[in-house]
Amino acid sequence: MLLRTKLFGKTYEFRDLRELMGKANEDKSGDHLAGVAASSAIERAAAKYVLSEAPLWALYENPVAPYDQDEVTRVIMDAVDQNAYVQIKTWTVGQLREWILDNKTTNDDIKKIQNGLTSEMIAAVAKLMSNMDLVLAASKIRVVTHANNTMGEMGRLASRNQPNHPTDDPDGIRAEIYEGLSYGSGDSVIGINPVDDSLASVQRLLEMSYKVIQNWKIPTQNCVLAHVTTQMEAMKRGSPAGLVFQSLAGSQKGNESFGISVGMLDEAYEIAKKYSVVPGPNYMYFETGEGAELSADAHHGWDQLTLEVRCYGLAKRYAPFQVNSVVGFIGPEYLYDARQITRAGLEDHFCAKLTGISMGCDACYTNHARADQNSLENLSILLAAAGCNYFMGVPMGDDPMLSYQSNSFHDAPSLRQILKLRPLPEFENWLVEMGLWDAEKLLLTDKAGDPTMFVR
Amino acid sequence: MITQQQIDAIIDAVIAELQRQGVGNERGSALHAIAPSHASELNLDLPDITTSEYRTRSYVENTRKPDVLRALMSTTPSRIGIGHAGPRYRNIPQFIFLADHAVTQDALFKEIDPALLQQFNLFQVQTQASNRQEYLLRPDLGRKLSDAARKTLQEKCVKNPDVQLYVSDGLSAAAIEHNLRDIFPVIQQGLQQAGLKMGTPFYVKYGRVGLLNDVNSIVDAKVVVTLIGERPGLGRAEAASVYMGYRPQPDSSDADRDVVCNIFNGGTNPLEAGAYVVEYIKRMLKHQASGIKLKLIEQGASK
Repeated sequence: MLLRTKLFGKTYEFRDLRELMGKANEDKSGDHLAGVAASSAIERAAAKYVLSEAPLWALYENPVAPYDQDEVTRVIMDAVDQNAYVQIKTWTVGQLREWILDNKTTNDDIKKIQNGLTSEMIAAVAKLMSNMDLVLAASKIRVVTHANNTMGEMGRLASRNQPNHPTDDPDGIRAEIYEGLSYGSGDSVIGINPVDDSLASVQRLLEMSYKVIQNWKIPTQNCVLAHVTTQMEAMKRGSPAGLVFQSLAGSQKGNESFGISVGMLDEAYEIAKKYSVVPGPNYMYFETGEGAELSADAHHGWDQLTLEVRCYGLAKRYAPFQVNSVVGFIGPEYLYDARQITRAGLEDHFCAKLTGISMGCDACYTNHARADQNSLENLSILLAAAGCNYFMGVPMGDDPMLSYQSNSFHDAPSLRQILKLRPLPEFENWLVEMGLWDAEKLLLTDKAGDPTMFVR
Repeated sequence: MITQQQIDAIIDAVIAELQRQGVGNERGSALHAIAPSHASELNLDLPDITTSEYRTRSYVENTRKPDVLRALMSTTPSRIGIGHAGPRYRNIPQFIFLADHAVTQDALFKEIDPALLQQFNLFQVQTQASNRQEYLLRPDLGRKLSDAARKTLQEKCVKNPDVQLYVSDGLSAAAIEHNLRDIFPVIQQGLQQAGLKMGTPFYVKYGRVGLLNDVNSIVDAKVVVTLIGERPGLGRAEAASVYMGYRPQPDSSDADRDVVCNIFNGGTNPLEAGAYVVEYIKRMLKHQASGIKLKLIEQGASK
C-alpha cells in the first residue's frame, strides 16, 4: 500500500489507511491524546488530499477491527447490501463527496447507495468536508421514524424533554416535565436520566412519566435512561416504557466496557417490540459520543470520528426511533473547545444521516471545556439548518444531575421560530389543542411557559 | 355551559386587575427597591441577584396560580418558573446564569493564593503538566510529578510516615481556598491525637487523583491522602474531595481508593469531612487495606 503526495515540494507519506484516516481528521484533542492526529496543518491537508483519492473498496477491506475479532465489525459488514456496494466500490472518497453535494443527487439517490456503505467510508467522506459541506449534505437526507408520533420529516424539529433531578424526586421531575411541555418540549421523548439505576427506581420513574402522558393524552413516549438490562427487566414486569435506551461504543471492547454486547442488544430489541407501550415500528433510543472508545482503551489505534460512525452502523441494526451524540459531554481531553465540539457535532449528524438513522444532537459542554451557552446555541442553529431531528430540552440548559449544560426548553421554540420549523405533527396538534402553539405563525402563545396549567 | 375560552377570559381579567393593584406582579427587573433619583444623574446600585431571594423568585408573567408555581419550583433545584421574553430568557434569570457560569470559569483558571499556602506551611511543587491548558488536555501528565518536584520531595519530605497528606488544585483552586482552613487542621490534629507519624505536607499544582501513586513512590507512606478541587458545577466551584489509599502502588486505581466528596459549606461540611477522613485512615491502617478491598474485609468482619 502506497499513500503519498507532495505539497509545496515536500513529501507526505502515510503507512496505512489507519494512519491516513487519523491524520485526515479535523484537529481534535482526543486524536492527539491517542497519538493519531496530524502533527501539522500541512500534514493534515496532505492526508485529506490523499484520502480523497482512496477507493471505497480499500476502506471496505480495512475495517477498524478484523471481522473475526470484533462483533461491531461483523454487524456492519453483514448489513452491507452487495448490489449497492458493487455500484460504488470503485468510487474514490473524493468522488463520493462531490456526488453527495451535487445538486442532481437527491435523498432518494442517496438511499439507493446508502446500504452499500460501511462506517469507515462514511467517516472518510466526512473528513473531506467543510462545516458548511456537512450542513448542506445532511440537509438533503431525511430519515423518518415512528413510535407514538412521527420523527424526521422535512420542516420539523423535535425536543427531548430532559427533566433530570439530583435525587430523582418524582415531584421535582414532574414539575420539570410540566415546565418543558409548556414550552413545547417533549415531542421526541420524555427521557429521564436516573441517579439511582436500580429496578425499583426505574419502574417508579416509568410509571410516573407514563401517567403524565396518559393524563394529558400527549402524543409522545417516555424513557428512563438506565442500563438496558434494567429497562428490560422493568418491561418484563409490566412497567410502561415507550423507548428502550442504551449508550453505544464503536468496538466490541468498547461495548464490553459499557456492559453490553450485540446479543444483549438483540434481546433488548425483541423485548422492546414485544412490550413497548407505543405502536412503533421504531422503539430504540441510543446515545453515543466521540472519544468513548479511547477512554476505554478500545479504539484499535483509530481516530475518534471513525469509531463514532461505527456506533451508527451498530445502531442501524435496531431501526432506532432516535439517536444522538452527547457531543460535548466527554470533556476537553477529547474535544477541547467550542470549535472542536461544533465540528464534531456537525460530523456526527451528517454521518448518522448518511448511515440511515434518525439523528438528533445533545449540543452540550462541561464546565472544564472552553465553551459556553453561546457556543452550544451556535451549534444548535447550524444543526437545525442541517435538518437535525431533535435537541435536548433542559430547564435553562442547566442539568444539576449530570452537571453539564445543554440546550434549554427555550431553544427549540426559538429555533422553530428562526428557521420556520414545526414540532412533530401529532405533537403540534396537541400543542394547538392545549392553546400553547400558534400553528400559523409558528410561535408559542402567551399561555406558554406557565407549568401550573398542568396542575389540576 | 361556560366554555374554556370564557373561563380564560375571566381569569385574564382578574389577573390584570390584580396587577393594576400591584399584586402578583412578577418583576423582570431587580431595580424595584430603589427610589427614582434625580433625573439628570445616573445612580445604579443594584442588589445581588445570586442570592436565594432572586434564585427562588418566579419570573413567569401572568401565572394563573402563583402558589402552585411556587410549590412546583420548590421541588427541584432546576431552573424552572423562569418565564420568557419571546421564546428567549428574561433578563434576571439570564444574568444569574451568566454569573454562575462566570464564577465557574474563573475558578477553573484561577491560581491558588500563595498566602494560604504559607499559612499552612505548604511548599509548592508541580506535576508534569506545564500549564493549565496542557493539564486539561493531558490527564496522564497530571498523574506524574515533574523531575524538579521529585527532587524537592526527596529532599524535604519525611520518609515512611504513617500518613502522607498533600493538597492539590485539581479542577478548582477555589475549592482549596474555600475548604483548606476548615478541613486541614481537623485532619492534622485528628491524626496527631491518634499518635500517628505524619509526613511533610505540601501543595501540588495541576494534580489529578492518580498522582497519589507517584507521590508514594517517593515518601513510601502507609496511607496517602489528598485534598483536591472537584470539577466545578454551574455556579459552584467550591466543592473539594479527599481521596486516600493504603500504600498506593504505580498501578493502583480508583477501586483501591476511598473518597469523601462534595466537601463545602452547603454540601459535606468541611469540619465533618475532616473527621470522616480521620476515621477512614484509622480503618485503613487497622485492616491494612483501602477501597473495595477494605469494604470486603469490613463486610466479612461484620458477619
